[in-house]
Amino acid sequence: MKSIVKYCLLAGLVMTQPAQAAIDIVITEGVNSARPIAVVPFKWQGTGPKPQELASVVANDLRFSGRFNPSAVFSMPSQPSTDGEINYDQWAKLGIEAMVVGTIKPFKDGRYVVGFELIDVLSANASKANGQVLQNGQLVSSNAHVLDSRETVISAQEFRQYAHRISDVVYEKLTGERGAFRTKIAYVLVNRERLDYKYRLMISDFDGHNEVEILRSREPLMSPSWSPDGTKLAYVSFENKRQQIFIQDIYTQQREKVSGFKGINSAPRFSPDGKKLAMVLSKDGNPDLYTLDLATKVVTRITKNRAIDTEPSWSPDGKNLVFTSERGGKPQIYQVNLDSRRIRRITFDGEMNLGGSISPKNDELVMVNRTRGKYHIAKQDLRTSSLQVLTKTRLDESPSIAPNGSMIIYGTTYRGQQVLGLVSIDGRFKARLPVRDGEIKAPAWSPYIY
Amino acid sequence: MRLNKIVKGIAVAIPMFALAACGSTSTADSDANETNQTSQEQTTETVVQTGGMVKEMTPQEKQRLALQELRKEHIVYFDFDTSNVSSQFSALLDAHAAYLRANPSVKVLVEGHADERGTPEYNIALGERRAKAVSRYLEGLGVNASQIETVSYGEEKPLDNSRTESGFAKNRRAVLVY
Repeated sequence: MKSIVKYCLLAGLVMTQPAQAAIDIVITEGVNSARPIAVVPFKWQGTGPKPQELASVVANDLRFSGRFNPSAVFSMPSQPSTDGEINYDQWAKLGIEAMVVGTIKPFKDGRYVVGFELIDVLSANASKANGQVLQNGQLVSSNAHVLDSRETVISAQEFRQYAHRISDVVYEKLTGERGAFRTKIAYVLVNRERLDYKYRLMISDFDGHNEVEILRSREPLMSPSWSPDGTKLAYVSFENKRQQIFIQDIYTQQREKVSGFKGINSAPRFSPDGKKLAMVLSKDGNPDLYTLDLATKVVTRITKNRAIDTEPSWSPDGKNLVFTSERGGKPQIYQVNLDSRRIRRITFDGEMNLGGSISPKNDELVMVNRTRGKYHIAKQDLRTSSLQVLTKTRLDESPSIAPNGSMIIYGTTYRGQQVLGLVSIDGRFKARLPVRDGEIKAPAWSPYIY
Repeated sequence: MRLNKIVKGIAVAIPMFALAACGSTSTADSDANETNQTSQEQTTETVVQTGGMVKEMTPQEKQRLALQELRKEHIVYFDFDTSNVSSQFSALLDAHAAYLRANPSVKVLVEGHADERGTPEYNIALGERRAKAVSRYLEGLGVNASQIETVSYGEEKPLDNSRTESGFAKNRRAVLVY
């Protein structure tokens, strides 16, 4: 009996601390503009303690998207688990627009059946009689307010992953855009106090959970970049006391040196079709853009200029590279067409613009902008050329866009330490991802993996 | 003071060559340092004075000593976003160039570094430019290009992690490594 009580207490602790992650996200701005929703703790229909929590993971996902403000469990008027149990009046009064309710049931072989429903509270409340609407003068049952409803069998190891799946469904139903909750981030972790392996290349879920070390080194690691199929990372390593570019399979651990010319070998970026790598080499004098054909190993020079050219990033169609160049005096962002090699300048606002990448919809350029000596993440509308500074944090760098274009993860400085920041593409939602020890930099958001 | 005299007495008994090897003019008052004092400093208080020959250094020793001196002064600092070698470092680089000219088999690695402002990739380019500026400067003073290698670490290996103006200034540097 005692041990059961203890176990329940422990489970309770875990449930009330859903953000007990490798990286705890701290929201710094933008909750007010988010839509109020409720993700009710799923009802456990088995014996013994509830195996794991799903709802808190879903609520956190939706909160970190910046689009939703899930209500706290303690402020919920009740905890229904199905559409039929919901008193819509109760929730509509609180301004809740949508609800996620669900159940967890034991299945064979230690697996579980998880069911959930996504409910549009406003339309359900409008039809009042719990799902009944007046049609041709008659009350008929309607499930139009149930936006989605699913049941799946999962193992104990799949709870977090399935919670992210629910988040994807909810996000897509409510916003019309694909969710990016089952994506990952790669980043470099630096522990300067460590005497041995100061530099580590890590991968985690987008929310910081399930952190895995991909590589550790005594010398700096830089610029991780995902292959479009999400199975490989290209990165820069100084392991041979000079810059070299490697590609590593994140599952098989197989790694290959793909560039080790004299001088700079930096800023690798896979092309959208995964066949080429754009990179920066200084083997012919000073830093210029090159592409490497990964099958034939043919290296092609793309730019030739006496100034610094660096930070290539592919346009979504793979026909252009945007890049940083000093050819106009200070670093600004330019675009080169890979067929015609025609180059045009894109940014003009601010003292400097660096590290540009084009949004998945090909309509915005995200970059680091320097204005009055301050480095912030900014975006430029590619049609109107209007520039918007998105962040207020310090020494911002390395922006990387989520594959659905909704959020940007970037490197920044908080209390003198390098951390990761999150900002929504509209700049309204801001959050910070602190790390336990060491500095965290060079984030790269993965493509869709599932 | 009494201890001082005893120590000085001992110093007299120390073999000549050991004394000659100690060029230090330390004025610290610890026992260890007293024994290292040269005879010159004992003139006012002792009855006898010793004289010694300066030991001829082997070429290897000379080279090692010169290198030791060079290693004390081996960092060139830069202004923000620039790679111009300031004239305040000309004496430092002259000394390194002289050493490299005198020892053509010796190689030097010039590491270029940047502060943490701007992007890591841009800073790699900036670091390389600084390393190359120092390399060209040395070549201009007659050092053989084959003796010099460059590498840029960008903002990846800061000397000072404070992220203050003074920290940034320490990080914008080129380091000569032998």
